[in-house]
Amino acid sequence: MLGFFEVGFLNLTWGSIVMLIIGGVLLYLGIAKNMEPLLLVPIGFGVLLVNLPLGGLMESIVNGQMVESYAVGGEPAGIISRIFRYGLAWEIIPCFIFLGLGAMTDFGPLIANPKTLILGAGAQFGVYFAFFVALLLGFSIQEACSIGIIGGADGPTTIYLTNKLAPHFIGATAVAAYTYMALVPIIQPPVIKLLTTKKEREIYMKPQLRPVSKLEKVLFPAIAAIIIILLVPKSAPLIGMFMFGNLLFVSGVTDRLADTAANAFMNILTILLGLCVGCFMSAENFLRVDSLMVFGLGIVAFATSTAFGVSLAKLMNLVTKEKINPMIGAAGVSAVPMAARVVQRMGQQANPKNFLLMHAMGPNIAGVIGTATAAGIFLGMVG
Amino acid sequence: MAQENVDFPIPGKVLSVNVSQGSEIKEGDVICMLESMKMENPILAPCSGTVTKMELSSGKVVEAGALVCIIEY
Repeated sequence: MLGFFEVGFLNLTWGSIVMLIIGGVLLYLGIAKNMEPLLLVPIGFGVLLVNLPLGGLMESIVNGQMVESYAVGGEPAGIISRIFRYGLAWEIIPCFIFLGLGAMTDFGPLIANPKTLILGAGAQFGVYFAFFVALLLGFSIQEACSIGIIGGADGPTTIYLTNKLAPHFIGATAVAAYTYMALVPIIQPPVIKLLTTKKEREIYMKPQLRPVSKLEKVLFPAIAAIIIILLVPKSAPLIGMFMFGNLLFVSGVTDRLADTAANAFMNILTILLGLCVGCFMSAENFLRVDSLMVFGLGIVAFATSTAFGVSLAKLMNLVTKEKINPMIGAAGVSAVPMAARVVQRMGQQANPKNFLLMHAMGPNIAGVIGTATAAGIFLGMVG
Repeated sequence: MAQENVDFPIPGKVLSVNVSQGSEIKEGDVICMLESMKMENPILAPCSGTVTKMELSSGKVVEAGALVCIIEY
């Protein structure tokens, strides 16, 4: 009889019902609309699971008492809260995801057209813009750094930095970063259209970039790691793993390791990370003024990064002889390859002769390096 | 009649072919889908016309610069 009172129905709140609907929407977007399903399906299902009362997935023990949600200073006791503590809070999963990303990344477009590095760096402007806006709104400097980094649209980096500087915001910033990464095809096109004319979107770029030799590809990760880590030492865990993963991919002698890092290992990490992020979206974590402000500022950061990337590309067209399609500037945010794919699709819509994918991959990959470096700068400043 | 050679802009694997020799196509129509960099990329018709040469089949691995088809217009 006592077990009856443990039935979840009696413990449902309006907040958890709202979150169940949000979880359902994320699943719908992932499954029915095929919108970044690898991210949205685990996140959406995590949201469902954590908002079903008494499930205990995120339980923690605080001062000997069991609490339903994850507690930064407590002892994790649920299956997901344990994965969160030892995988995310200990910074293992975000860094290993960078290893997998490195093993999937072809730096060829960036090496062939190094000026796209500028676009990747320029698109980080939104990070600093949102950082200052957050400071003006009364957030602490550590919180502002964690909010600003959402503008890079890089989930692992956001989790890594927030965990170091403002761990109480890790749920809100991680969910914001991953949601905006998944919603790149919805957020970026209106910003791009607002800042470009039809004629600019039609600008044709030859699809063929210059061939990049194997030697260049092998030397790039080693040299880039040395230069970036010497310049910004705190970026070492992310950049180091990223470049190591890439070396496995391009060296030609570690194909088995590269294959595991890029596929099986990355898939396992994606499942764990997606579920953890979703399970952080409990009603008490998410439906709060500060979390909603983080969400709002995150989209400001992301839209500003997109806008600045496009504007910088237009500026480059004023000084360079060979015109670039300014849309590739929008790929300077580090949502790989979502942002490049958006540019590719919009480029083809404007001019069916265009195939901007490789051109957009340059700034896109530079954006990953740029966001990880921006995180290193923040850590050096206030970490 | 003028001819337009359509080439593959990047290497990859042909997933599906939507037109055949003799097909009438409009500018922007999908000629075929190419899987490259773990993405599905539509190859679009750059102009309207008639496909006069098309020797693609699903599953074929292609290099950048390989011929997709020739369109007469």
